[in-house]
Amino acid sequence: MADDAGLLSVRNLRTYFYTDAGVARAVDGVSFDVAVGETVGLVGESGCGKSVTAFSIPRLIRPPGRIEAGSEIFFQGEDLVLKDEKYLQGIRGNRVAIVFQEPMTALNPVFTIGDQIGEVARIHAGMSKRDAWAKAIEMLKLVGIPAPEQRAGEYPHQLSGGMRQRVVIAMALVMNPALVIADEPTTALDVTIQAQILELLADLTRRLGTSVLLITHDLGVVAENCTRVIVMYAGEVVEEASTADLFARAHHPYTEGLLGAMPRVGREKDRLATIPGTVPPPTSWPEGCRFRDRCPYSWERCAAEHPPLYQIGGGHTSRCHLADEPERRQHPHPPLAAQRGATAA
Amino acid sequence: MTAPRPVGDATRPLLSVRDLTKHFPIKRGVFGRVTGQVRAVDGVTFDVAPGETLALVGESGCGKSTTGRAILRLIEPTSGTITFDGEDVRALDSTGLRKLRRRMQIVFQDPFSSLNPRMSIGAIVREGLTIHRLAEGSAADARVRQLLEEVGLRPEYSSRYPHEFSGGQRQRVGIARALSVEPTFIVCDEPVSALDVSVQAQVVNLLQDLQRDRGLAYLFIAHDLSVVEHIADRVAVMYLGHVVELATVERLYSEPIMPYTQALLSAVPAPEPGVKRERILLAGDVPSPANPPSGCVFHPRCQHPARDAACAKIVPPLEEKAPGHWAACIKQPPTTVSWEQQRDAGGTNPPEFFLPRAALHRSA
Ligand SMILES: Nc1ncnc2c1ncn2[C@@H]1O[C@H](COP(=O)(O)OP(=O)(O)OP(=O)(O)O)[C@@H](O)[C@H]1O
Ligand SMILES: Nc1ncnc2c1ncn2[C@@H]1O[C@H](COP(=O)(O)OP(=O)(O)O)[C@@H](O)[C@H]1O
Ligand code: SF4
Ligand code: SF4
Ligand SMILES: [Mg+2]
Ligand SMILES: [Mg+2]
Repeated sequence: MADDAGLLSVRNLRTYFYTDAGVARAVDGVSFDVAVGETVGLVGESGCGKSVTAFSIPRLIRPPGRIEAGSEIFFQGEDLVLKDEKYLQGIRGNRVAIVFQEPMTALNPVFTIGDQIGEVARIHAGMSKRDAWAKAIEMLKLVGIPAPEQRAGEYPHQLSGGMRQRVVIAMALVMNPALVIADEPTTALDVTIQAQILELLADLTRRLGTSVLLITHDLGVVAENCTRVIVMYAGEVVEEASTADLFARAHHPYTEGLLGAMPRVGREKDRLATIPGTVPPPTSWPEGCRFRDRCPYSWERCAAEHPPLYQIGGGHTSRCHLADEPERRQHPHPPLAAQRGATAA
Repeated sequence: MTAPRPVGDATRPLLSVRDLTKHFPIKRGVFGRVTGQVRAVDGVTFDVAPGETLALVGESGCGKSTTGRAILRLIEPTSGTITFDGEDVRALDSTGLRKLRRRMQIVFQDPFSSLNPRMSIGAIVREGLTIHRLAEGSAADARVRQLLEEVGLRPEYSSRYPHEFSGGQRQRVGIARALSVEPTFIVCDEPVSALDVSVQAQVVNLLQDLQRDRGLAYLFIAHDLSVVEHIADRVAVMYLGHVVELATVERLYSEPIMPYTQALLSAVPAPEPGVKRERILLAGDVPSPANPPSGCVFHPRCQHPARDAACAKIVPPLEEKAPGHWAACIKQPPTTVSWEQQRDAGGTNPPEFFLPRAALHRSA
């Protein structure tokens, strides 16, 4: 685990929510690593557990949610699961920073953006008010906000969506964190702004050696920005590979489905492939393979036996019995979810 | 200026929009004094042919939804003309409007807020049938079941409520509701933007099947240029309330003319690992439509090497640069704004064709 390049090592993470509808096993035994200076993509449909994974790392899960016993989150060699709140507060915003999807939730509407960025420096570096203000202006400049001296005195509502997201990134980078967790940082933004923000993140990782866990549902964004990809489905990692491998040789039928459903500019316009059905509720993950109802290859074994993460070779893993019985791929059939009517609730 | 016509044979357009404008007053203070105007839509012109998909693209706030809503008169246009199937839409009284909305429908972006949470999905789909007196009693029940089936929902679901459905399923309900009155034209306002790629593909396929089976025409509002390339016949690009380019998908993606379109296309992520696209990174943010730049509204951010003082003075007309390919730029030849006119306006750089590699998605 604690290999040399290891910055973050998540082992068997289980984060459950105890709700009236039952126990929601949102994250259910997830393991992965992020090395120093690496940008790792985390993809999957809505409700697969990406955000809960992200929030679990700096221990931001609140009741009725709970990180279950046996989970381990090694960050710079220390298991965060065993740490108290005081230690965690010293880490958050300092060595681990989170960039959320909706910038307004991360910004306080009644304080100027200069105060909010400066606040991080005052808390974690004990800077004076004056130094913190200067730091804020420096950060705004770094993320490419024009006229930073003037902008620092403005309130969040006075900025456009793209500028707000830059401010959130500026806030995340004040302490030069070792790890940035970016949860759909560009989903709410237009494509031109998205390009600017991703360019900015890539530039900063190059210059400062920051590692990034980039959560997104846009595989195009993954292809351009990530060295490695983790695919999540129904609370589990179902495939992990280098980006090149994943796009060239996706193994898991779910990954295959996601790639096929993506329209690609400049490609011949075939009918888009779809994945029938939807992600099941986390209170009742199916037995056996959780993807079985939506899978065009499933057979008896998939109902009987929960697939382990099989090694495909070259650091490529897949949670699918096809790794064991590859000839089954020759015989696709309409998935159960399609037979029942594509959209059974 | 002649108006853009649908490409192909000169069939009569189903919908004609000419110089459509919608200004929203900016009100200040307790007395609601009007202190300015948001020029949300500022002289928009296009046609939609029967059975065609025209996509309307552009960044958030550029006026796409306002255009779509003004066409259906869900908001009242400030000026301009809208002709649907030979009829002057702006002249219609409330009876005329009700009849119009049998033929023209809208599907909204947000599948979570666009359905009444207190109505069952059967009742939601049935409403149009009742309003337009198309079916009653058991005939209406049968029609609702048929519509649900057509959009891929199980008919037994008709007694369930919207919160019991996923985003993609709610979007199907919205589509069934639009189809209930058998329209010939549907404004689809970002119908797949809130959906996961897997579900997005299901809804895109459904829209295409319905178009094929029923000969529907769509105004497809979107910001995802990969989806647009997949579904559209022609594309209109908007920037700050203006249509700045209008062309077939093939032409737009292989030879974008307007510098803004070029930047927009260069920003689309390439889903090929290792292929790092060149980017045209636009300077600054989109200006406020309450205070748009003079001349060409794109001039403060434009990367065209010939951009000069004339761009800040002259409003570029949307002109036909190649057959069926319309663009608004006085520096991309051919242009009806002569070099003399440009020089008189302070221009220093004669028009010269510019097409950066970063803007290309198709090797054409
Ligand atoms: N506070 C909570 N209480 C109960 N269930 C929760 C809570 N937070 C998340 N969940 C459930 O956990 C599952 C995973 O949620 P998560 O937000 O991580 O998914 P996601 O893949 O990131 O989805 P999205 O792309 O929509 O953000 C979902 O089914 C969600 O409903
Ligand atoms: N009711 C309104 N009052 C004032 N401004 C509005 C109103 N509706 C839209 N606008 C403004 O008009 C512009 C275009 O809006 P819209 O058409 O919704 O953009 P989009 O392209 O994102 O759909 C935006 O600047 C928006 O803020
Ligand atoms: S284990 Fe079986 S059901 Fe699951 S993804 Fe593989 S083939 Fe499909
Ligand atoms: S008219 Fe001038 S500013 Fe406008 S797009 Fe053309 S070159 Fe750029
Ligand atoms: Mg999420
Ligand atoms: Mg809109």
